[in-house]
Amino acid sequence: MRQQLVLRIIVTVTLVLGLNYVAWRWLESVNWSAWWIAVPLVIAETYSFLDVCLFGMTMWRAKQRPEPPAPAPDLTVDVFVTTYNEPVDLVMATAVAARDIRYPHRTWVLDDGSRPELAAAARAAGVGYIERSEDWVDRPRHAKAGNLNNALFVTEGEFLLILDADQIPDPAILDRTLGYFEDDRVALVQTPQFFTNVTEADPLGSQAPLFYGPIQQGKDGWNAAFFCGSNAVLRRDALMQLGIVGYVRETERSVRDALHASRRLLAQAQRTAPDPTQAAVLHEVQEAAAQALGALDAGEPLSDVTYAFQRRVDAISASVVAQDVASIRADLAAIAALPIGRDDEIGAVVVDEPALARLADRDWSPLGAIESVQALVRAVDVDRSAEAQAVMPVATLSVTEDMATAMRLHALGWRTVYHHESLAHGLAPEDLGTMMTQRLRWAQGTMQVMLKENPLGVRGLTVGQRLMYFATMWSYLSGFAALVYLAAPIIFLCFGVLPVTAWTVDFFARFIPFFLASQALFLVAARGVRTWRGQQYALALFPVWITAVWTAAANVWFGRPLGFAVTPKVRPDGSPSQWRLVWPQLLAMVLLVVAVVVGVVRAAMGLSWWVGTAVNIVWVVYDLVVLSVVVQALRYRGYAAPHAVAPGATD
Amino acid sequence: MELETDQVGHAGVVRVRGRLTMAAAGELKAAVDREVAAGRTLVVIDLAGTTFLDSSGLGALVGGLRSARAAGGDLRIAGVGPQVRTVLELTTMDRVLRPYASVEDAAGDGR
Repeated sequence: MRQQLVLRIIVTVTLVLGLNYVAWRWLESVNWSAWWIAVPLVIAETYSFLDVCLFGMTMWRAKQRPEPPAPAPDLTVDVFVTTYNEPVDLVMATAVAARDIRYPHRTWVLDDGSRPELAAAARAAGVGYIERSEDWVDRPRHAKAGNLNNALFVTEGEFLLILDADQIPDPAILDRTLGYFEDDRVALVQTPQFFTNVTEADPLGSQAPLFYGPIQQGKDGWNAAFFCGSNAVLRRDALMQLGIVGYVRETERSVRDALHASRRLLAQAQRTAPDPTQAAVLHEVQEAAAQALGALDAGEPLSDVTYAFQRRVDAISASVVAQDVASIRADLAAIAALPIGRDDEIGAVVVDEPALARLADRDWSPLGAIESVQALVRAVDVDRSAEAQAVMPVATLSVTEDMATAMRLHALGWRTVYHHESLAHGLAPEDLGTMMTQRLRWAQGTMQVMLKENPLGVRGLTVGQRLMYFATMWSYLSGFAALVYLAAPIIFLCFGVLPVTAWTVDFFARFIPFFLASQALFLVAARGVRTWRGQQYALALFPVWITAVWTAAANVWFGRPLGFAVTPKVRPDGSPSQWRLVWPQLLAMVLLVVAVVVGVVRAAMGLSWWVGTAVNIVWVVYDLVVLSVVVQALRYRGYAAPHAVAPGATD
Repeated sequence: MELETDQVGHAGVVRVRGRLTMAAAGELKAAVDREVAAGRTLVVIDLAGTTFLDSSGLGALVGGLRSARAAGGDLRIAGVGPQVRTVLELTTMDRVLRPYASVEDAAGDGR
């Protein structure tokens, strides 16, 4: 409690000092004559200040939960081990450990690779094996989310423990987590991810002690702890509710889209209609579409609206057929009345009205001839035929299913729990390339959610929850700020261009207190865990973050593919010239060093002002120390010695 | 839909390619009338390239039959595909418009 008070005081002080600094930067110290670097720099600083604000808010309510209650004895649980292409041995090690979890449960291997040898191994070990059903053939597979959704419909446990293929569970994992579900508003209990194949120095920054610790505990305080894809227990009911609500929402959205689009298309078709009759028919359909939209807006049930719409289109169709039939009858009568006799049956033909009425059937309807109407009728339906399952409980809108799923659970009013105790041990990537692919994927997924379902606008979330989700998304924009922080000192040292009006007492008096306070905030919030790796990678992976934002935006707005890759769990054989992966960082380091040399020469020649040079050299040194993690990562040759302490173990 | 006119013997041939529907019916009727007006009162409608027929298309065929008969000629259809045949049979219109196997057969006993 006292610790929380100290933390809150530091947060308050940091934010006041930060506001004081950033306001002064905007109002007094932007060097507008060099706006092309001055404005990006002040924006980058504002970005960082907001990042600190969001971090401070996260820490404000950091929640250290007491011992969890013991679970009720008769809960039913399914344990899912998800795999796509991981080696059979690795999957089976996890599956066997999952089978041996103490609390009664059923274990399933969810094999998205449909490998017969894995099926056989699972059977031999006495665990279930699930592969995708026929329904998924030629339909979007939705990666891991699809794999889980598929399994949800062939299992029945009230609770689901989800484990990645490499996450070996502790036998007590269910005993330690199921108790939280006594509160029937709890939908999710997330435990940390901890990696055993990581050295003490952790050069690839695999352990995320700040995230699986203070940050998740902080989010937990706002009831916003989120799902991280593995090592979590979920309540089936909550997921199913999510699936059903999502189904209704998706269907309504697609029906609305179809109706809106069709009004435009039908208006266009009317202008180009070959005759007034057809134009009149199209107009009637357009009116039916408008009426359906009105009914949706008035909140009428989707099924009623779509049914009424289809009936009305059928009626319009029938009236067109009736007109055609009338004219056919008239023609036949006229032919029969002709004086010229012919040896055919026309005179004897009785127009078979019910037979002709069949022309109004959906497939043959004269309206079916008009492509836009046909497409509309198909779209205004509730069967969601483009998807393998009408109900998709685990969110599929992003390549990382976890965050979106948690956000939607929160929007429906469910609670989540972060349980700070390491109950599964996994494998982290052991080389730079794999690690970067994984980070790219997470960042892309997060940006996709931000662009498709921005938490600030999601109905049903509290303000705190909105900001907690937004904080994570915001932190992934750091790549752009990093670029500015690297460029600004280089530009000053080499060309003498000043982004701020002056590095004077005014500057130091505002900047240094803010800087020290925010460092103190990190130190106190982290409660002894080392966060320096994380800070380094937040900047040093700037090309990854920029790529993620760029590709996610291209994907969400222009439908481009992400170039998505599954994270490999074992080292790919022979990884040549890894330095190519980090050339932007290496280039930045070279430029920074060159800039220092140039800066010193310029200062010695009296071309620049020594305070500015000194400030920028300190800045460059900071940048270089941060970027140096890339060199360590390049030199890393994988894991050798067993040593690491799990989070929660020292508490 | 695309229309193409041709002559086989004395018969005027109208080939219908694509979907013979509400949007195309008026055009077909006009083409038949043109043939009849030009004195080719035996009109063969080649439906080999027709993928879809609806009530309006059927109406156009019967309307054409009426024009041709009124001028003392006839309208025949040839080369019908499965969908067209089903529509004709289901509506019993095949008794009025008997499908011929080929354009040549249909134009055969013309005057």
